[in-house]
Amino acid sequence: MWQTFGFEFVNFYFIPGLVVGCIYALGAIGITLTFSILRFANFAHGEVMMIGAYFTWTAMTLAKNSFGLSIHPLFAAIPAIALAIGLFIFVDRYFYKPFRSAPTIRVVMASFGMMLVIRSFVQSVWGPNQLTFVPGIARPNETVKSFTNSFDIMILMPNKHFWIIAGTIMIMMALSWLLTKTKIGKGMRAVSDSPELAKVSGIDVEVIIQATWMVGGFCAVAAGVFLAMDLQMLETTMGFRMLLPMFAAAILGGIGRPFGAVIGGLVIGLAEELSVYPWFGNGPLLSPGYKTGVAFAIMIVMLVLRPSGLFKGRLF
Amino acid sequence: MDMLIGYSLYGISLLTVGGIYAILALGLNIQWGYAGLFNAGIAGFAAVGAYTFALLSTATNPYHFGGLGLPLPLAILAAMVLSGCIAFLIGLVCIRLRSDYLAIATIGIAEIIKLCLKNETDLTNGPRGINKIPRPWEHLGEERFYTSFPMSWIKDAAGWENFFGQLPNWWWQPFFCGSILLLVYTIYLLLEKAQLSPWGRMMTAIRENEGAAHAAGKHVTRRRIEAFVIGAMVMGLAGAMLSQHLKLIDPTNTFDPSKMTFLVWVMLIAGGSGNNKGAIFGAFLVWTIWSASEIFINSGLNVFGQLISDMDISLLKTRAGYLRMVVIGLLLQYILQKYPNGIIPESRPTSAGN
Repeated sequence: MWQTFGFEFVNFYFIPGLVVGCIYALGAIGITLTFSILRFANFAHGEVMMIGAYFTWTAMTLAKNSFGLSIHPLFAAIPAIALAIGLFIFVDRYFYKPFRSAPTIRVVMASFGMMLVIRSFVQSVWGPNQLTFVPGIARPNETVKSFTNSFDIMILMPNKHFWIIAGTIMIMMALSWLLTKTKIGKGMRAVSDSPELAKVSGIDVEVIIQATWMVGGFCAVAAGVFLAMDLQMLETTMGFRMLLPMFAAAILGGIGRPFGAVIGGLVIGLAEELSVYPWFGNGPLLSPGYKTGVAFAIMIVMLVLRPSGLFKGRLF
Repeated sequence: MDMLIGYSLYGISLLTVGGIYAILALGLNIQWGYAGLFNAGIAGFAAVGAYTFALLSTATNPYHFGGLGLPLPLAILAAMVLSGCIAFLIGLVCIRLRSDYLAIATIGIAEIIKLCLKNETDLTNGPRGINKIPRPWEHLGEERFYTSFPMSWIKDAAGWENFFGQLPNWWWQPFFCGSILLLVYTIYLLLEKAQLSPWGRMMTAIRENEGAAHAAGKHVTRRRIEAFVIGAMVMGLAGAMLSQHLKLIDPTNTFDPSKMTFLVWVMLIAGGSGNNKGAIFGAFLVWTIWSASEIFINSGLNVFGQLISDMDISLLKTRAGYLRMVVIGLLLQYILQKYPNGIIPESRPTSAGN
């Protein structure tokens, strides 16, 4: 059983699906938080993810060229996170804030414009071509391979996959603590439920909005770096490619439900990878070229049948 | 003299492409300006129109489906109809979504259309695209046209060959440009008429206050689908014209989903949404800025390159192209904040109807 089906299924479909799902989940957290607190779909989210990965690459390259140090991407991500959060707050201050009391559509359009501005900026600074993030072939972790092999279930996982999954779990735990235990997290949930009520209870909405950008920026850069680690390269279009699955994950989990977004991300990631598994016969169920369409199909079905998502999110 | 011809040909091509973008902006104006539907998948509808036209009008060839060699007006009509049909199907499902959700959904649709065009290799020749798309007027000089019915009736093949041989090789450009401008004008007149009609006023009512329009017994969903479909048909037409202009289309570069969609949005917002004159003006303005800035940047860089000879200018040129996009994007932000209603704001028809 394991030899004929399980080995291939788990190693080549399930684990990659889980890894992609983690990346979607982290991105979707930011989208769902900004959607519920600022009440608009931020199209520039994917681009901040992408620019975060580029900042990380720059930090790594600088360290290598000037000090001869090869540092781990997760370490290099620390300054990148600071820069990306700065960018988010800058963009919010000068491009989104003027529209706080205008119809939503204006700020959506502004974010649509920022998406292009940020991407074109990256293309003009770092160039439009692919960059190598981590060179070399990622080999499966030997310890896990031999350990699981002794139980007759050989699992092939490169180290980068461990980093991604463990990192996602840690961020999730920190986020859960932030949202339920701290004052700022409770404030975020309050503003998400009702901005007016939060305001009259003495919550400074602008502070909450800045905190939202910080949390969203942190998760976005983490997602971008994880994605770059997984692909081992950087592309200027990677943010845009992530955008649709992330929206799908946020809608699937219910807008304003960060943990719903996590579940949504995992479901979308797994669905994308498993849709090309040969469930019937020998060929893949869906031609791999259409893999990216799966997220979209799930999103449309959700929007039509249950727009509040799996976990009773907000409806605008 | 040659220089003069060169400049006027540049002007003509500026008008041609500006006109095609004006058609796209008019199509978007029906959806956004009239009905308030946020369509972020303009490139998708244009791609449907372009591919339909290309597949139906090109000569038979082994790389993609058909090459049916249909007469051009028929192929243009088919492009509009197919684009409208797809919009109808999308409208049935998505039209009830709120603005941001509709934007997300339409971006997704544009992506799916791109995926189909890329993957259905037998039908569309995949990423390699379709070439030798006939261009109106110029196509008269192609052998398969002057040897077939209406033209072969007037002169024989040798006679036509002789005739086209003595024309300068750019003879079709003013004609093509004129046809496009005529098309823009026709669509403009039709849309103006639609805006003043009861249908147009109903659209405005729905856009401004959906609840009130609904309470007054207007069929909101159906009207919205109508606006969406008509807009998509106009976009399909623009796509067909674009494929004629380019002669070579492929799914990724020609219909870069964000760039093309984005440019059209900038045009409409800058010109003034809800106002057809504004849409046309915005299209020509933004296209001129877009196209002229390329020339200025390139010639500026060439001068720069001559001053500093040991520098690779081509690299700078590609990057400067992206910088241009940043500037256009910031321009949009500026207009959005300073002129939220555009340069020529919408003027609402008075009750007297003028």
